[in-house]
Amino acid sequence: MRGNRKLIDNIDWMLVSIYFILIIAGWLNIYAAVYNEEFKSIFDTTQSYGKQLIWIGTATAIATIILLIDERFFATFGYFIYGIIILLLIIVIVIGTETKGATSWFEVGGFKIQPSEFAKFATNLALAKFLSTLNIKMSDLKTKLIAIFIIGLPAILILLQNDTGSALVYAAFVFVLYREGLSGSFLVIGLVTAFLFVITLVFQNEVYHLPFEIEIGGNLMLVLVLALILAAIYYFNRKKKKIILLLSVIFIASIGLIKSVDYVFTDVLSPHQSKRINVMLGLESDPKGAGYNVNQSLIAIGSGGFSGKGFLQGTQTKYDFVPEQSTDFIFCTIGEEWGFLGSIVVIALFMTLLLRILFLCSRQRSSFARIYGYGVASILFFHFTINIGMTIGLVPVIGIPLPFFSYGGSSLWGFTILLFVFIRMDADRLDVL
Amino acid sequence: MKHLESRKYIIGIIFLSVGIIFSIRLFYVQVIDNHYKSDANNNVLRHVVKYPARGLVYDRNGELLVFNEAAYDLMVTPKQVKEDFDTLAFCSLIEIDKAQFIEKLNKAKQYSYYKSSIFEKEISSKSYAKIQEQLFNYPGFFVQTRTLRSYPQKTAAHLLGYVGEANQKMIAENAYYKSGDHIGISGIEKQYETELRGKRGLKIVMVDVFNREKGSFMNGIYDTTAISGSSIQLSISAKLQRYGEELMQNKKGSIVAIDPKTGEVLALVTMPTYDPNLLVGRARSKNYNLLSKDTLNPLFNRALMAKYPPGSTFKSINALIGLQLKTLSPNTLYSCNRGFSFGGRKMGCHAHSSPVNLEYSIQTSCNAYYCNVFKNIIDKFPTAEQGYLTWRNYVMSFGLGKKTGLDLPNELSGFVPNTDYYDRYYQKGRWSSSTILSLAIGQGELGFTPMQMANMVATIANRGYYLTPHVAKMIDNQPIQKLDSFVLKHETGIEEKYFDEVVEAMFQVVQKGTGTSAKIDSIQVCGKTGTVQNPHGQDHSTFIAFAPKDDPKIAISVYVENGYWGSRWAAPIAGLMIEKYLRDTITRPLIEKRMLEGNLIGKVQKPIGNAGE
Repeated sequence: MRGNRKLIDNIDWMLVSIYFILIIAGWLNIYAAVYNEEFKSIFDTTQSYGKQLIWIGTATAIATIILLIDERFFATFGYFIYGIIILLLIIVIVIGTETKGATSWFEVGGFKIQPSEFAKFATNLALAKFLSTLNIKMSDLKTKLIAIFIIGLPAILILLQNDTGSALVYAAFVFVLYREGLSGSFLVIGLVTAFLFVITLVFQNEVYHLPFEIEIGGNLMLVLVLALILAAIYYFNRKKKKIILLLSVIFIASIGLIKSVDYVFTDVLSPHQSKRINVMLGLESDPKGAGYNVNQSLIAIGSGGFSGKGFLQGTQTKYDFVPEQSTDFIFCTIGEEWGFLGSIVVIALFMTLLLRILFLCSRQRSSFARIYGYGVASILFFHFTINIGMTIGLVPVIGIPLPFFSYGGSSLWGFTILLFVFIRMDADRLDVL
Repeated sequence: MKHLESRKYIIGIIFLSVGIIFSIRLFYVQVIDNHYKSDANNNVLRHVVKYPARGLVYDRNGELLVFNEAAYDLMVTPKQVKEDFDTLAFCSLIEIDKAQFIEKLNKAKQYSYYKSSIFEKEISSKSYAKIQEQLFNYPGFFVQTRTLRSYPQKTAAHLLGYVGEANQKMIAENAYYKSGDHIGISGIEKQYETELRGKRGLKIVMVDVFNREKGSFMNGIYDTTAISGSSIQLSISAKLQRYGEELMQNKKGSIVAIDPKTGEVLALVTMPTYDPNLLVGRARSKNYNLLSKDTLNPLFNRALMAKYPPGSTFKSINALIGLQLKTLSPNTLYSCNRGFSFGGRKMGCHAHSSPVNLEYSIQTSCNAYYCNVFKNIIDKFPTAEQGYLTWRNYVMSFGLGKKTGLDLPNELSGFVPNTDYYDRYYQKGRWSSSTILSLAIGQGELGFTPMQMANMVATIANRGYYLTPHVAKMIDNQPIQKLDSFVLKHETGIEEKYFDEVVEAMFQVVQKGTGTSAKIDSIQVCGKTGTVQNPHGQDHSTFIAFAPKDDPKIAISVYVENGYWGSRWAAPIAGLMIEKYLRDTITRPLIEKRMLEGNLIGKVQKPIGNAGE
């Protein structure tokens, strides 16, 4: 057995420090978000900030325990843990408690546990174990199918719980698959499709006035701009013969996509879904309907200004104008009370955390640890992007928490386990042959 | 595997791009775009107006005429109105029907779903007591206190005026007013609006999303307190005003009484009148409509806006002008053979002894005498035009034919024709003293308000000058300081000794002439009767008077429409008013009873008879 002395030396204290900064900042912001004159003590456990302190304490205990567990435990029991979680996800559909339309909670003695928050960790563990198996090649169809099964199974179970937001998180694993050899075109096609979908919706109803009294619609304009860009790429690319086919395919596919967006939008999506997307894109102003949350969220963040209103001085969040202000919209409190400066610090902390994980991944000798690490970074990145993106009106409202900040025991425990298992693996990197 | 290793950079770049996009977006939202800041204030700050109490109004003896009573605006926050709302019970509680309920609620929703607005205005404290007990059953509704005017004396409605809500035009014209503010619309309430209204206060409170108050903004450093309006003491005697209204009940007309030494108006009676409490609060528009449709026209302020010819009361003025121009002396005698013949026509007169001197002419109100007096005034000058202009200037120096400057809105200026008028009517140079002879006995084109007539008597009582009449005496217990008016003597240019002659004659009118019905024991009353020709029906009875003769304390003009001779109604009423004011007891209860019981409403038919007395 290795001594604790060595463990302490090998732990990446930078990640641990960022982790503690984030959870303490989160706790203070929860306190500010639901601040109540009647319950002034931040330690009052009848209030959510007091409870969050309990969650932080227990999460720290869990982190410590994880650091003391032999890292081989996770590799060995990867599939077992995954199996247990899948079982829990099935059981929760049957006997779970319904909260806000989703049946994703076990209620045990007043405390609620959400298995889907732990499923991310378990799936990541199982995927890392599978992909790190010897002689596995990403290019094999079988490998792809198994990987997609491992990722897709919990996602579908969570969808069945009616928790679309949490299910979407599993799309983040595309980064892991890409890193392990999945063709880059999957990533590109995914990103471009999402981008074009949004762009098309924004521009389809515009009419452009060109010189010589030519008027063209938004769709045609998009096609023209796209053609110009592709022509430019063609012009500056040396392998002209090779690329012309690719560019033509992209061009035709884009036109098809642009044309189909309209169809999907009016005929496939239900009215409330298309409305949400419209509101998010600023095509429909509806401050009291679907866009109310985003509008209030933007007001809270925007009113913070450059340096913020100061701790506990935020009015928009404190007086409940922002919904879910301690959970999904916790970033509003940061934006309102700490301003642009505070928001930038939080974004910088997350960026540092993510890039640090990527850096640590690249020094892993074990592909298991490396793949697991990419999974951790991808999941955190996805949560970060969707959560902050929705509060500043760049992404549709999808209710998933901001890691380490949002109020909630399950999510804090889940992210803590996810991160500290990686820290534990990293601490052992030198022992891996 | 080397090329896969490089993919970490692509992933890293994607992560960083999102971080950079978010930073740019945050910079835009938080630093560049300012509209979120004002949106945030709109969300959380409520500007609660603190309405000041309007100033109180007292009479000259400190009797309260106008005060404020609590009233309640029923407010609604549409968001908090429950689905299972018992509309019918609620409607019967606040006495509206269902259609009104829906309309009002929709109006509130249009204003804001989250912010509260007025649902029903100005509910009286009496109705509120009932509503208050039930209101907890109806979430989303609450009350806000306001004040409403209340008139404990139920008197002097036209004088006091009324208060209403400022309309869009008033708001556009005056930056002080905001929607929902009260503003004086007529009478004292309008004239002294700036003094009475006080200063609105403002409290900025923070509210949460449910519109619950969360405390004051920035510890209240931007808050201002409401400053109550100034109280006003009027020169009006409520007792005299009430008495005048009682005497005039069931009659149409007006009584105006002035303290000649100060110009203070003591009573300003207009009949028919209405209870000022009718034009308050919720019922105002309904009652206003009813009053404006009333055939007796109770909203018409006769004291300031009705124009009557002065009739024979005007003979005193012609006498004074004649004396001053020396075309008449106290001993001038004219014969009267039941009238005055000129150019084939005759101005009739009643039977009395002849010849007549000045004193007797006023005492018996001889028409022929004044035809001579007037003719001599005009004919003293080379042209009728010059003569007329001189005469007109003297007439107007009594405050006639122009606004007296009274501190009340809507006063009419009355009418003394200028020469253009006669030039137009008869052609220039083709009119003479004979053409306009009816002016001699106060008929013809002349039109004066009761206010002007009272002011004219005050001028006679003062022997040659008047002070601008006014109804306000003190503001916040400080005498009203107005340069020019209120203290400046308006001189007539007629010498005092001539006034003594006319005053003596007017004294004789009451002692043994046409005005004996105004005679009071041990008070020397001077007066002059008049019967105003009325082409629309029975003539109007009028009387001007002042007393006591040598130390005038009250000057009064009385008009009783369709009352016929001045001696019949106007003179006794003037006498009673004088006695009430000077002595506070009535020594002639029978006359008082006859006046109180007299009913002239409907008696507009003109019986067979002649004009003048």
